[in-house]
Amino acid sequence: MQTLATSVPGLSALATSGDAGVAHNATGVASVGWLIIALPLLGAAILLIGGRRTDKFGPYLAVALSWAAFVVGLLLIIQVHGLNSGDRAFHKHLFSWIPTGGFNLDFGLLMDPLSLAFVMLITFVGSLILVYSLGYMAHDPDRRKFFAYMNLFIASMLTLVLADSYLGLFVGWEGVGLASYLLIGFWNYNPEFASAANKAFFSNRVGDFGFLLAIFFMFSAFGRVDFAGVDAAVPGTGKGTLIGIGLFLLLAACGKSAQAPLQAWLGDAMAGPTPVSALIHAATMVTAGVYLIVRSHVIFDATPDARLAVCIVGAFTLMFGAIVGCAKDDLKKALAASTMSQIGYMVLAAGLGPVGYVFAIFHLLTHGFFKAGLFLGSGSVMHAMNDTINMRRFGGLWWIMKVTWVTFGLGFLAIIGFPGLSGFWSKDKIIEMAFVGSGWRPWVFGLTALIAAGITAFYMTRLFIMTFHSNPRWEKPEFDPHEAPMTMKVPMIVLALGSAFLGLILGPTNIITNWLEPVVGRQEGHAVLSAPVLMILTFVLMVAGIWWAWRLYWVEVPVTPPVGTPLTRLARRDLGQDDFNEAAFQRPGLHLTRALVFADNRGVDGAVGGLAAFIGGTAERLRRLQNGFVRSYALTMLVGVVAILGVLLVVQ
Amino acid sequence: MSSFPWLTTIGVIPLVGALVISVLPKGSAKLARPVALGFSVLALIVGILAATQFKTSGHNPQFQLAEVHEWIPQIGVSYALGVDGIALSLILMSLVLVPVSLLAAWHDVPEPGRRQQGYYALMLVLETTIVGVFASTDVFLFYIFFEAMLIPVFFLIGSFGGGPRARYAALKFLLYSLAGSLLMLVAVIALYQQGPGGSHGFLVGNLTGLHMSQDTERWLFVGFFIAFAIKAPMWPVHTWLPDAASEAKPATAVLLVGVLDKVGTFGMIRFCLQLFPNASKWATPVIIVLAVISILYAAMVAIGQKDMMRVIAYGSVSHFGFIVLGIFAMTATSQSGADLYMINHGFTTAALFLFAGFLIARNRSRNYPDYGGWQRVTPLLSGFFLLACLSGLALPGLNSFVSEFLVVAGTFQRHKVAAGFAVFAVILSALYMLLLFQRLYTGPKPAGKEHVRDLGVREKVVAGVLAVFIIGLGVYPKPALDVLRPAVTQTLQHVGVHDPAPTHGAAVDGSSK
Repeated sequence: MQTLATSVPGLSALATSGDAGVAHNATGVASVGWLIIALPLLGAAILLIGGRRTDKFGPYLAVALSWAAFVVGLLLIIQVHGLNSGDRAFHKHLFSWIPTGGFNLDFGLLMDPLSLAFVMLITFVGSLILVYSLGYMAHDPDRRKFFAYMNLFIASMLTLVLADSYLGLFVGWEGVGLASYLLIGFWNYNPEFASAANKAFFSNRVGDFGFLLAIFFMFSAFGRVDFAGVDAAVPGTGKGTLIGIGLFLLLAACGKSAQAPLQAWLGDAMAGPTPVSALIHAATMVTAGVYLIVRSHVIFDATPDARLAVCIVGAFTLMFGAIVGCAKDDLKKALAASTMSQIGYMVLAAGLGPVGYVFAIFHLLTHGFFKAGLFLGSGSVMHAMNDTINMRRFGGLWWIMKVTWVTFGLGFLAIIGFPGLSGFWSKDKIIEMAFVGSGWRPWVFGLTALIAAGITAFYMTRLFIMTFHSNPRWEKPEFDPHEAPMTMKVPMIVLALGSAFLGLILGPTNIITNWLEPVVGRQEGHAVLSAPVLMILTFVLMVAGIWWAWRLYWVEVPVTPPVGTPLTRLARRDLGQDDFNEAAFQRPGLHLTRALVFADNRGVDGAVGGLAAFIGGTAERLRRLQNGFVRSYALTMLVGVVAILGVLLVVQ
Repeated sequence: MSSFPWLTTIGVIPLVGALVISVLPKGSAKLARPVALGFSVLALIVGILAATQFKTSGHNPQFQLAEVHEWIPQIGVSYALGVDGIALSLILMSLVLVPVSLLAAWHDVPEPGRRQQGYYALMLVLETTIVGVFASTDVFLFYIFFEAMLIPVFFLIGSFGGGPRARYAALKFLLYSLAGSLLMLVAVIALYQQGPGGSHGFLVGNLTGLHMSQDTERWLFVGFFIAFAIKAPMWPVHTWLPDAASEAKPATAVLLVGVLDKVGTFGMIRFCLQLFPNASKWATPVIIVLAVISILYAAMVAIGQKDMMRVIAYGSVSHFGFIVLGIFAMTATSQSGADLYMINHGFTTAALFLFAGFLIARNRSRNYPDYGGWQRVTPLLSGFFLLACLSGLALPGLNSFVSEFLVVAGTFQRHKVAAGFAVFAVILSALYMLLLFQRLYTGPKPAGKEHVRDLGVREKVVAGVLAVFIIGLGVYPKPALDVLRPAVTQTLQHVGVHDPAPTHGAAVDGSSK
């Protein structure tokens, strides 16, 4: 803790630049840091290649290897923690990956405080969710594949955060996209689920289109795409190039993190088994966009314009998700809208620059715990209610499922920012930082973040009451709710403890800020409203949200949803996101494709013209031509060649 | 050992195999398939031995493992073989794909007899011409193999394809190819007249770096290029490919699309760029535009197909667009990508066609509407098929990604707009590949298919070999890139272009990572 005290810069405006300096060559545990990726990857390979032979022990092996990765990560973080704050970055060169005469890249790992924070989140929450899945997926015939895909996901996500170059990151980036696709479509015998999987992959690919262009820009401008090389080349680079890179990285982040305009896939992604929603579509993968922006902070530091775009996307999406969350009756879809909104907070924070990076990651970590906990809780409810997911059929479950109720309750209080719990420390900081600056921005971004906090309290309270309180809207013979088995309860309890205390441990102690500061830099900012005023305002709005939801739903929830206001109806349809995409892209795309197919069959073929005419239209003529055609061709050729050779001889 | 005629040996082995098969006595007719497989595996083994003689470091001549003999000295034709890194890797790829295809085609003509013998003999003859066309270092010899290839393919499609339009497709293939060939023949002869003449006047080495008038060079370039563009195939002369590929047996489609079509892009590098460097630069803007159109157009048409073989064929046209784009963007990065793409595309296409063939063999239909839910019938085939689709959409970690990335990254250095358009294929390829997978394999389990069996041992071997290459070249492409690098450098030297320097690279220390 002494190191922490010395590096707290008081209240000076400019703290550190965020240049971690050169990463040291990996020693100790760091030199085998690749094990963190290799262990879960090995699990996936054994389960997939081993086939049915591994049905029995496969799931346990997958869980064990995931925990093993966590242990390596933990040892690594212990090693790193013992060093001076400026020396906490290790680099490990692994192999020569793409050696060409032009583009040249080695595969290596960068283990610094930022990536290690993610390693902890991914392996710890991931392993807990795998344990939970042992119970949740116990009766699924394809259980082995599920665990294989989950391990594949964990390995890819770790590649994403540990890679030392943008292209290495991209490998993990698309790897998690693949795992997400496989797991959303895990029950793809339901055609809708198969479509949901495709939708997620396609939306992500639109983002990846941006990611690739960003990498191409880097390569053509800097000649390199590794973090160290790019960071070193940014000073002195023209504004246009940097804005281009920044905006394309933002597009990439929008795809992966379900931010506007690429947010439409996340709700449908809830088709996957609930542990998948918890790990991939709440705690880790969808936050990769935030990681990307924070990892690229040197680029974004240099382009306030690109940062403004990041802020706008974040602010828009956090409000969008919050509004949609109020109207959903599907428990998981309401939570998905909430995830979208919470990531909006993180993206907004990242867009604020050095005042916000640290808090973006802080909220990302606490959110990883409480949102994963909320999803596991909803999985427990579904488990108890024959896979029903419509909250209008729940109610009064708190007495029957006490552990689920308490753990879910802690997650609920954490996300709405109840004082003292995790979300309070991380989200309130983002709201405060959104008010930093001058001109119109602090007011627009700050007020958006503030008001959305009230809406968050409303929709989360609504969700909590509709599920666990109010009147029961189910009957005994049809439903027989029961508490989940131990494998499911323990992870829920652990995550609930995290939801309660993680913020308190990391926030007010400055552990998180001191840990991340050497990597991402930090700047103290002065909000246009003072911190206590903001805290009170946030609290008041939160209470108002709770009160409003309590008033509407506490006594009775109708099983059939009321017609609702036009806004409610629109929010139920995700504010028209799918209608928009269909009108703007799908339908024109379909017409274009059809037209091209038609043209290709008739036009292009015909336009090649003389030849096609020569072939002739009728099968009759074809057959006649066919007979002995090769023979006559060969003969013609022979005559021709002899003639030409003869000419040549004469010429010579 | 350096004087051993490696390339001739590799080329002759399948030819001997074909002869043996065609003269098999009636009593041992059922040996046709094992004999064919045996000879193709033998060719592969010799090919691997030959590859160990190939040097990638130090100063080497353009062509290694060279054999040069006078053949028709009166007109300057030599029997000259030799390989650079590009030719060697294409030959090795072909040597792998032929036995794999033969194994996949085991039940294409199930009854022993003349017809079966003919089928497998034709495949082996085709292999010989493939080796010949990639190994020829004499322009005229190249042309002879270029033409000779058409004959076995024509019969493989027309007589053995089996579809109702097989004959039409075979004829269309032949006519398109011939149209290009005739142009090329004129160019070949005219080129000889520009060269030094003499008994080795057709050697590539003697025709490189000629001084021609601007017009002559351009006309000759056009003559060669059109032939190669049809073969590759590029938009708008691509329409023969979907017909030919869908009417052919899957194994034939593999050899046609995965191997033969590479002659087009190979020819662009070896002949268009090396022999006509100035004309190549002159034509670049047009070709880049055509390549980008190929990429996007074919991908969009692929989305709208109902026949799975046609989806794969159009996907290939799109991928060929990338290869051509990489070749004519003329940076070390883009050409490395294009060369590597030629290898990768072979394995990806083979996987797609052969796995589709496995499925078709189980349900007797090539069309989407007859499918759905097959993941629940044949889970293993479904897994391999998905792997092939992911390779087709260039997922990182799989082979195609590295090559596609390099092509577009290298193109972006010089032609930002063209590269920007080409990247849209990232989205489109995901659409046509995953929609294909969705329509075939997802959905409720089809009724009445309980008796259908998943992959057998023979099919597992085919799938396993291809999967190893798809994953191996994706994770660790270095061996292939090491072989290709000197060839890329040489091509760019022939054309006389240099990579654009990084626009803001000054801040970086410039040392290679």
